Amino acid sequence: MRATMTPQQIADHFSKRFEGQISDISVREWAEGTKKVPIRSVWMRIPREQIIDAVRELVAIDYPHLGVVSAVDCGDIIELLYHMQVFFGGRHEEIEIIFTVPIPKNDPHVPTITEVIPGAVYTEREKQDMIGVIVDGIPDNRRIFLPVDFPEGVYPWRKDEKGIPDSMIKELWRVGRPEGRPSPAVKVIEKPERVQAISSGDSTGPVNPPEKQGEELLGGEKNE
Amino acid sequence: MSDAKPSYFLPIGPIHPALKEPINFTLKMNGEVVEEVDFAPGRAHRGIEWMGMRRNPVQILHLCDRICGICGVHHALAFAQAVEQIAGVEVPDRAYYVRTIIAEFERIQSHLLWAGVAAHELGFDTLFHLAWQVREESVDVIEYITGNRINYGIIMIGGTRRDITQDMYPRIERALTYYEDLFAKMADLFLNDKTIHMRCRNTGVLSKQRALELGTVGPTARASGLAMDVRVDSPYAAYGDLDIEIILPEVYGQETVGDVYDRIVVRLYEIVQSVTIIRQCLAQMPEGSVLAEEKYAKLLNGLKKASGEAFGRVEAPRGEDLHHVRMNGKQEAPEMWKVKASTYSNQMAWVDILRGEQIADIPIIVASIDPCMSCTDRVAMVRQDGDAGVITKEQLHQLSVRKTREMQK
Repeated sequence: MRATMTPQQIADHFSKRFEGQISDISVREWAEGTKKVPIRSVWMRIPREQIIDAVRELVAIDYPHLGVVSAVDCGDIIELLYHMQVFFGGRHEEIEIIFTVPIPKNDPHVPTITEVIPGAVYTEREKQDMIGVIVDGIPDNRRIFLPVDFPEGVYPWRKDEKGIPDSMIKELWRVGRPEGRPSPAVKVIEKPERVQAISSGDSTGPVNPPEKQGEELLGGEKNE
Repeated sequence: MSDAKPSYFLPIGPIHPALKEPINFTLKMNGEVVEEVDFAPGRAHRGIEWMGMRRNPVQILHLCDRICGICGVHHALAFAQAVEQIAGVEVPDRAYYVRTIIAEFERIQSHLLWAGVAAHELGFDTLFHLAWQVREESVDVIEYITGNRINYGIIMIGGTRRDITQDMYPRIERALTYYEDLFAKMADLFLNDKTIHMRCRNTGVLSKQRALELGTVGPTARASGLAMDVRVDSPYAAYGDLDIEIILPEVYGQETVGDVYDRIVVRLYEIVQSVTIIRQCLAQMPEGSVLAEEKYAKLLNGLKKASGEAFGRVEAPRGEDLHHVRMNGKQEAPEMWKVKASTYSNQMAWVDILRGEQIADIPIIVASIDPCMSCTDRVAMVRQDGDAGVITKEQLHQLSVRKTREMQK
């Protein structure tokens, strides 16, 4: 047995530990197959100030596996959902814990949880890219999925004026080639390779000079 | 004298068309040894989630099939699982079994594909050809059941679009026997080979603690001794009815190291496990239909009114796939759809397992977590002193092959 607590006990534990700050606690079950073995989850809403403590509290119960942090644009607020699992490795014992963290759009900041779960930096970087939530204290502040020349202040998952504008997706034939991209890291080799091969003497097979090739081609056409 | 050697940067990538997360490595090298690792995914981000949020769930299902060419059905499964929870769709029991059988055949073909790639990266091309030849059998069965070799399109919200009927059993059984008979030979070729042992033992080691902290999943996590498998932990489809256990490297009777060799062990034994799972499914298959609602218009109408949120989690060949869906009952398209593929979780492990290794080991270590390999197609090497040169994939591959040959001497 890996599990030391039931989903209801985890829910009670958190509501007691973060009294008055946690809301909408619910324990859910879903089952598939003929035996209907339940997949159990605990959902709760936590203010952003408490997220690190909440994750620490979970680590004290069992070190969780962080699946992903997903994000929803809900108008005035953005909701971040931290999907974590505890008690994996037993048989049918796993419990999924989902922390929903509301973040106001006019102050889109959330503290990083990387000091507790180092692997979280990957998904936190994605949230900065995609929904424009600033993760305070993130160890790696670079973009992750969006290209370097993607415009600043545009966030693909936003549903407001900061989302993808029509100009970026409609009538793309008007756009032309992208400009101002960083130059390639590799020097472009100016000489054609064939010429190089002759000068270095590496070539083993016969190499026709371009003029001769052309003549042969023309000759062939004439014969036909 | 050796101390004065300046370190230089070795970028690898970035074009990588097969995965959602294409990758660009920048490795800080000291001579032949990797000092630091950095990677930048997203060079060919297709915005599939963005597209999905403008389409209805049935359209998204077919988009899911195309997230990954190798483990497409698992994405469709995870998405269907989430939507069925939100809309309260009752899936017929038989459909769970059909889903499981397809998912396990996909695992067989994915692991064999990986085994071939791994052998090729080591310069063992005979084994690469053998692995890819025997892989054909599973792809043939998938084609026999679904009509397609990839992008099967068999999953539907509320079940599957095709059934596995009694007259198909002999063909499936033939494939299962084929893999059972083959296992001893494959295990001998991969695990008792002196060269593979030399190249893979103690190469790219990931400790159990780091595997946990970095959030790795699937065979990569299990090879480090971290017991986690969604099929056993949170059983979906028919897995709750079956007798399955998490495969750890101990299954081969050796101590867990967490290296490339252990990753081979886990994947090989999972192929056998898949065969037994399919056997169990065929034996226990319940009767009945495989689809809850055959009229798509009615199904879509019901989904349009559904509201709520749920997640779907499945164990894809490379590890956990997680789909989070939120629907608001006002529009056809989901309000939110987040896809978390397995490589998303495993990429962080590269930073740990590449550090301290040699250039010639990069191909096999990068391949060992089972990403798609086209990222090493083109490698450019830039030395800090401005001396620029290019290493093609071929040259990097040759380096790896040469190391194998030297070790064989």
